[in-house]
Amino acid sequence: MSDAVIKPPQGTPGAPLVTRQRTLAADVWRQFRQHRGGVLGAVVFLSIVLLVIFGPYIHGIDPQALNVRDKNQGISLTHPMGTDNLGRDMFAQVLAGGRTSLSVGITAMLLSLLVGTTIGIVAGYFRRADGLLMRLTDLFLALPLLPLLLVIIMLFRDTLRATFGPETGIFLLIVFVIGITSWMQTARIVRGAVLSVKEQEFVVAAKSIGTRERRIVTRHILPNVLSPIMVSATLGIATAIITESALSFLGLGFPSDYPTWGRLLYDGVNFMAINPSRVIWPGLAISLTVLSINYVGDGLRDALDPRIRGR
Amino acid sequence: MKRFTALAAGTAVALALGAANAQAERGSDGNLNVLYWQAVSVLNPYLSGGTKDVEGSSVVIEPLAKYDEAGNMVPALVDEIPTVENGGVSEDLKSITWKITPGLLWSDGTPFTANDVKFTADYCMAPDGGCQQISKFQDIESIEVIDDQTVTINFTVPKPFPYTAFVGAETPVIQKAQFENCIGANAPNCTEQNFGPHGTGPFKVVEFRANDVITFEANEHYRDPAKPSFATLTLKGGGDAASAARSVLETGEFDYAWNLQVEPEVLEQMSAAGRGQVVTSFGTSVERIEVNLTDPSPDKGENRSTLEAGPHPFLSDPAVRKALSIAIDREILVEAGYGASGQPTCNILPAPENYASTNVNWCLEYNPDEANRLLDEAGWAPGGDGIRAKDGVRLSLLYQTSTNSVRQATQALVKDMWQQIGVETELRNIDAAVFFGGDPASPDTFQKFYADVEMYTNNFPGTDPEAYMAGWLCDGIPSPKNGWLGANMPRFCSEEYDALVGQMAETADLAARGEIAKKMNDILSNEGALIPLIHRGDVSAHSVTIDGVRMNSWDSELWNVADWTRKE
Amino acid sequence: MLNYTLRRLMFAIPTLLVISFIIFALLDLAPNDPTGNLPLTIPPDVREQIRQSLGLGEPFPIRYLYWLQQFFINEPLNLLERMFGIEIGNSAERLRIRSWATRSPVVDLIIERMPQTLWVVGMSYVVGILIAIPVGIISAYRQYSWFDQIGTFVSMVGFSVPTFFTGVVLIVIFSVNLQWFPSIYDTTLEVTGWSSFWAQVRQMVLPVMVLALYNAAQLSRFVRASMLDNLNQDYVRTARAKGMKERVVLLIHVLRNSLIPVVTVIALGIPTIFSGAIITEQIFRVNGLGQLLIIAVQGADIPLVQTLTFIFAVLIVFFNLIADLLYGILDPRIRYE
Repeated sequence: MSDAVIKPPQGTPGAPLVTRQRTLAADVWRQFRQHRGGVLGAVVFLSIVLLVIFGPYIHGIDPQALNVRDKNQGISLTHPMGTDNLGRDMFAQVLAGGRTSLSVGITAMLLSLLVGTTIGIVAGYFRRADGLLMRLTDLFLALPLLPLLLVIIMLFRDTLRATFGPETGIFLLIVFVIGITSWMQTARIVRGAVLSVKEQEFVVAAKSIGTRERRIVTRHILPNVLSPIMVSATLGIATAIITESALSFLGLGFPSDYPTWGRLLYDGVNFMAINPSRVIWPGLAISLTVLSINYVGDGLRDALDPRIRGR
Repeated sequence: MKRFTALAAGTAVALALGAANAQAERGSDGNLNVLYWQAVSVLNPYLSGGTKDVEGSSVVIEPLAKYDEAGNMVPALVDEIPTVENGGVSEDLKSITWKITPGLLWSDGTPFTANDVKFTADYCMAPDGGCQQISKFQDIESIEVIDDQTVTINFTVPKPFPYTAFVGAETPVIQKAQFENCIGANAPNCTEQNFGPHGTGPFKVVEFRANDVITFEANEHYRDPAKPSFATLTLKGGGDAASAARSVLETGEFDYAWNLQVEPEVLEQMSAAGRGQVVTSFGTSVERIEVNLTDPSPDKGENRSTLEAGPHPFLSDPAVRKALSIAIDREILVEAGYGASGQPTCNILPAPENYASTNVNWCLEYNPDEANRLLDEAGWAPGGDGIRAKDGVRLSLLYQTSTNSVRQATQALVKDMWQQIGVETELRNIDAAVFFGGDPASPDTFQKFYADVEMYTNNFPGTDPEAYMAGWLCDGIPSPKNGWLGANMPRFCSEEYDALVGQMAETADLAARGEIAKKMNDILSNEGALIPLIHRGDVSAHSVTIDGVRMNSWDSELWNVADWTRKE
Repeated sequence: MLNYTLRRLMFAIPTLLVISFIIFALLDLAPNDPTGNLPLTIPPDVREQIRQSLGLGEPFPIRYLYWLQQFFINEPLNLLERMFGIEIGNSAERLRIRSWATRSPVVDLIIERMPQTLWVVGMSYVVGILIAIPVGIISAYRQYSWFDQIGTFVSMVGFSVPTFFTGVVLIVIFSVNLQWFPSIYDTTLEVTGWSSFWAQVRQMVLPVMVLALYNAAQLSRFVRASMLDNLNQDYVRTARAKGMKERVVLLIHVLRNSLIPVVTVIALGIPTIFSGAIITEQIFRVNGLGQLLIIAVQGADIPLVQTLTFIFAVLIVFFNLIADLLYGILDPRIRYE
């Protein structure tokens, strides 16, 4: 992102930056503040983050504490979101689950975005690398996910567990697994966009005055393929949160008593008719997170677009 | 037209015989919609021993005798069960002679004879066939066809319980004429036969779609001319247990759904719609925690979880095992995960009556105080974090099981209960295909047992526990030497127990066999090598419009589908 | 362009061979076992015999070569025979790829599953595209209008709520409470007249709805983003200045230039139609290719998984090639030498 922030106004390649005293970051921020959706999204997202970080200190119930006598309860003062079928407090679980889901979702999304964007840009820009990288993408698209995961667990779980301890080890494994199995779409999309952008006049012009390739990529190509990347990022978070829950069924994810949003939602589906709050809250949490990130993305994209920023 | 004549003829015979249910008429009740959420893959139990495949094939092909819902043998293709008393079983227990009911026809109209029985045994015992029921044909020396209606099975050793082959849905008789060219290595190539076997059962296959849906129609040559009362049967597969329950109990799209292992309150809520009824029955399944008596620590390398690794640092202490067992409130486990389909138990062999011990019940009372006292006495003192330890060994367990929502709920509850006596637990769940898969390359199989305790359900087919109880022989301990094959997961080894196994193999008298089995059960349960939790039943549901369902855990649940009728 | 296409096609052969080898090795390495789902009452030594009878005793490279021969020589010959009713060589002796769980030829199973998958998953993709493109265009053209806000909300919620949840919600509402649509798909239904056509439509409604929402949500976001990028370009201003109709500007100029990411996403999506939609197929018991694949994976039915995955790989390589060719048509500046 930092590369994008310092890009020159597009269409006037190599033009001297006349507004040095007004930094670009400040410019973007000023623009972003005017984007109502973006600001609202940022506020909601920050509230969710603050809530899952500090919530457990206010709502002091242990998310793993069982009380079978109090199972399947509705909303009450002690249990603001009711309880599940083993009498665990739903609110505490949603808060604890949020910590895991948000950190896994965002880290995995960033990893997948980094891999996907890098491969997409390199393949799109450097023709020599294209064939090999795209065939690699084809390979990853074709690999059957489940057996791949089972092999990864078999090969790496115990090693990682021994090196980093159970929790960090599993966290790294999950992020790695989601990251390396979800970058392909981003790579294909970014490559397609790069193929088109790199033939445009301003890139050709930049090349003709001898701009270094690295600089062309970071200053001219990347900013112009930002919007599909933003979309991929938003969709990627949702996918990562859901994929994480799928992993725990294979025994690859966190232990079964470790709540995450995706897992809470999955476990709640059968109990939907008995206790709707078991699906509403985790579902709402995932949707709100994804929606707010989407709006932040929209705001950022607009703020970074020089054609809009100027107005 | 042909079918109409057969039908009319059938009715006429029924009337002539004055059969008790002469008012019923074959095919008068339309279509029966059955849902097995684990879809049927093939209709040949010799090629796939999966429960779903065995049960699916049971409406078409039948064994000589079946088990009823109480576990008693009932004749199917014979007139009576051979015994020593009626001369059907020889005095030396080395042969059994079955007399087939005269006049039986295959669904293609040809006569059913003793040759088909012999052929079936040859089919399964052929080398390279990969027959999945071969253990039922163990110790068979030869099969003699005396005449078309009589067949004798000779054993190499005296068989106190000779009803292994051709009793129960796992070993039905297949037609010689149809499978003649499918023996041995050719068996898998006979797709047409494996998907549409000719049978003696109430239905015959019309269309088979593997792992999806099978359409059957009434077999016009079925031995009871008034049955089955359904003209067609649809056996659909796919989805999961909860949605299968919903399709019978809530939407009423299906008449019968099998194996509904769902949380009890979910079933209860669905039943409230009043469209269907949940039925349960109990067999020999016991959900248990098996305790690793050897050291599973990773530093033991290749020897991990074998006798060579030495005893477990703390589970080898009987006091710890006993404390772990009485610290579990089994009633709560039942309430949370099983409801009417589970009963707390301390026995590994809960049924049938003749073999079930009633001596062990010390674990039924939930007693955390006693557990704490036992641990204190044995020198396991709580540390600063509340976890007990002795000589630097902390009571911290890795607890593994297969992935299944009820099992994960049980794990969470047990973890909580153990927490209260100062035992720390880490949970792990593993994909069932890996856990039970036995791949020697995987660290996660239940045989390798790279954990401190593991939980699963086991049972035995039929009603004779001899082979099952022999699983805990010293020789049965899985290790790299035997390729991790073996059923003795706790790595339990006792001379006394081994002697009892040997004794049982030589005892013919039923009562005496029962006594030995009970002794073995008591040893296993009192030693605490296994912590039995719940005697598990099978759960299914049928529509309120269906009559005649007799839920059966000893045989196929569809064992009496010929008697099912639709209420007016 | 022709030259490029031919070169890519030539290159696809070694690529696919490598992919097939890697998939085979992966499946072989995976720790699940074909006997894993059998009842525990089947003793360990019998399990070992079963494994041997499935051919697992042979070394890995031999098994791979067998598969190659069966897939590239035997099965195509069988298909030819069936299509033209002729006999080529000794067809009875020719080994086919057989699934371990069902013991039937894998190709037959796949053919049996095609109709329901194409009906449900294919239809949902078509519906998804038909919804997504107009929604994306209007959302971008009227950015931050009510239409855009609602579209954004619905598509983001639609994408972030997983199908295992939406499917069950729809069943509870429309099958349990309202009893409008069946919750279980009947694969044996044959469309012969209006009433069976109506039954087919009714049983397709719920699964198609679930999947179309998911597909449309994803695609419409890419259409919108890409349209927005282009709407502010200079050429749009030029086109408008030249007095072109707004409709022409929007649908001819902007849309065409915005299609590159859309084509990419659709090209990535079409092969997934053939791999089915695993969760949705399970929930509604559509029992198409997705359900076939997941059962095979769970049961470690290696021949079936290998064949399905490989066909899937062929489609991926093929449709990505199509996408690359379409880029050149959509944007003539993109050239492949």
